[in-house]
Amino acid sequence: MEIIETLINGLSSGGTYAMIALGYTMVYGIAKMLNFAHGDIIMVGGYMLYVTMITAGNPMLGLIAAVIFCVLLGITVEKIAYKPLRGASPLAVLITAIGVSYLLQSTAQMIFGTAPKMVIIADMGNFEVGALKIPYYTIVTLVCSFVIMIALTMFVKTTKIGRAMVAVSEDRGAAQLMGINVNGIIMITFAIGSALAAFAGFFMLMKAPSLSNTLGAMPGIKAFTAAVIGGIGSIPGAMCGGILLGVVEAISFKIPVIAPYTDAIEFMILILILLVRPTGIMGKVRREKV
Amino acid sequence: MAKAVKRIKWKHYANYIVIAILTVVFSIMSLSGSLTSSTIYLLEKIIIAVMLTVSLSVVVGFLGELSLGHAGFMCVGAYLGGKTACLLQPTMGNSFPALLVSLVVGGAVAALCGVIIGLPALRLKGDYLAIVTLAFGEIVRSIFMNSSSESFGGSLGLTTPRYDKNTLFIIALVLVLGCLAVIQNLIQSKHGRAITSIRDNEIAARATGINVTQYKLSVFTIAAFFAGIAGVLYSFSNYTIQSTKFNYNYSIEILVMVVLGGMGSINGSIIAATLITILDIKLQTILTGNLAVLQDLLYALVLIILVIYNNAPALKGFRERHTLKNYLYKFSKGKHDPSHRADDEAKWDRVPTKIEMNEVLSTEFQPTMSTLNPDQKGDFK
Repeated sequence: MEIIETLINGLSSGGTYAMIALGYTMVYGIAKMLNFAHGDIIMVGGYMLYVTMITAGNPMLGLIAAVIFCVLLGITVEKIAYKPLRGASPLAVLITAIGVSYLLQSTAQMIFGTAPKMVIIADMGNFEVGALKIPYYTIVTLVCSFVIMIALTMFVKTTKIGRAMVAVSEDRGAAQLMGINVNGIIMITFAIGSALAAFAGFFMLMKAPSLSNTLGAMPGIKAFTAAVIGGIGSIPGAMCGGILLGVVEAISFKIPVIAPYTDAIEFMILILILLVRPTGIMGKVRREKV
Repeated sequence: MAKAVKRIKWKHYANYIVIAILTVVFSIMSLSGSLTSSTIYLLEKIIIAVMLTVSLSVVVGFLGELSLGHAGFMCVGAYLGGKTACLLQPTMGNSFPALLVSLVVGGAVAALCGVIIGLPALRLKGDYLAIVTLAFGEIVRSIFMNSSSESFGGSLGLTTPRYDKNTLFIIALVLVLGCLAVIQNLIQSKHGRAITSIRDNEIAARATGINVTQYKLSVFTIAAFFAGIAGVLYSFSNYTIQSTKFNYNYSIEILVMVVLGGMGSINGSIIAATLITILDIKLQTILTGNLAVLQDLLYALVLIILVIYNNAPALKGFRERHTLKNYLYKFSKGKHDPSHRADDEAKWDRVPTKIEMNEVLSTEFQPTMSTLNPDQKGDFK
């Protein structure tokens, strides 16, 4: 029974990681940049949720407010900080992203202080069948994240905007010649990534209600790891990587000897996978031409 | 008979000489006891920052690979060096040889880690390498954090023997001089040119017979070695080391110093490390309590604005018109002479990307309006 519980826990936290990883991987695939500030969008979403819940008291309203605010923030950051650097060296964009990450963290700290805030969304109790005992939030997270992931895959595969996104990630220049508004597509990508981050923040606070300005830092790094494990730039890869990382984390937490080394194990898996497959599980091998 | 005189370019050794003079001055001052302990503390912090920045600058600025795990190497050096000094204390006391041995051990183990992390790095490129170095830093930190209290102190941290501050300070000054000598000479040698050629175009470098594997591995090892030494110095300067200090934010801080100093410039790295460390410590005393967050906010804003100003393609013309050099030239000569270029001015001001190089080298390169002269336009009508 414990094995099943652990697995479901792992799948659920893996779903959260996968949603953050999707934000990283889509932005990488389309804008060819590592958005280091992505983890902090989660944190901002968390604070928006907190503020709405204090004023309105409804977690659903809070989630909607968080998603809207994160989308606007994601677009603003892209327009102000990343767009002027389009065509500049990748390192410059990366450093700007790091700057944005610090900026968001310190702004949040200035407004809300360093003391963690408690955001108790809803106490839903446990789902019990025989000896199996799973908290409801795990099931909610699991179901929602899978629904969102399927919806995103359908969106990318079937809609016109989705196809345009794939085209831009394949070859930006050719896509532009085909009449695709590249800047618009990049903006939409940032918006989708930020919305996913807001959802992930909601699920994370449902699991552990403590909110501080570094809420998104470590999950951000881990989700980035997940995106790289799956092959950065690949949407199914990010999902696989996220779920793999979540399951490994849940199993490792359950074994007392290796539990303190959980972080180290997750990063070791990254290094091992990259040693075997240098572009991740589903990454494309790009031949360098001279 | 004309004899070829090898001209020594004093410009290249200016930083070295300045630091050598400073070493002598500060050594005399510290031996005569005219330096306060807070000044020594500040100078120690600057020395550690300079060593870290210069060593990372070789990897990022000259080899062109992004490393986000420099604090990991420093962590290894700090713990191993500190532990060695602790183990040597019963037999050798706080003697100079004990310090030397711990420095060597810390540096060597960090260098070994550099080799270990350099091996997967040979298969990986760009962003993949960045995440692997980041992962390495976090793994190291997690291992030291969860170590038993007898071995490395665990979460409480490791307490290192207290050396005489004045001796330690002089040794640190000599070490930073040594670090600079090694790295400066490496960069100016033919090996240094090989390293920069890998940065500019790896495929072309390989085609000209440069052993890319060997160079990448040795650059990683050298950078890790000096980061390890800086770590050992840090452990003695702080008396106690805690693994939480060496998180990825610290690696990023070092990277920020390298970027603000100017990529591919050793002098820039030294200046940036010195200024940022001084500013850091001065601001810490001014901004206390709730105001402390203003410092982070300020850094973040300065970082974003500087990087955008220095790299945005739209601002290229503006940047070229308004360089400090131009203003100095105008000031001294009265008018600006655009044809004036120093013989070694062909420095790069930003990292050329691989994609860009491919574009330049490929046969499908299409001339854009900016590459054409206005009078040549007629040919294309």
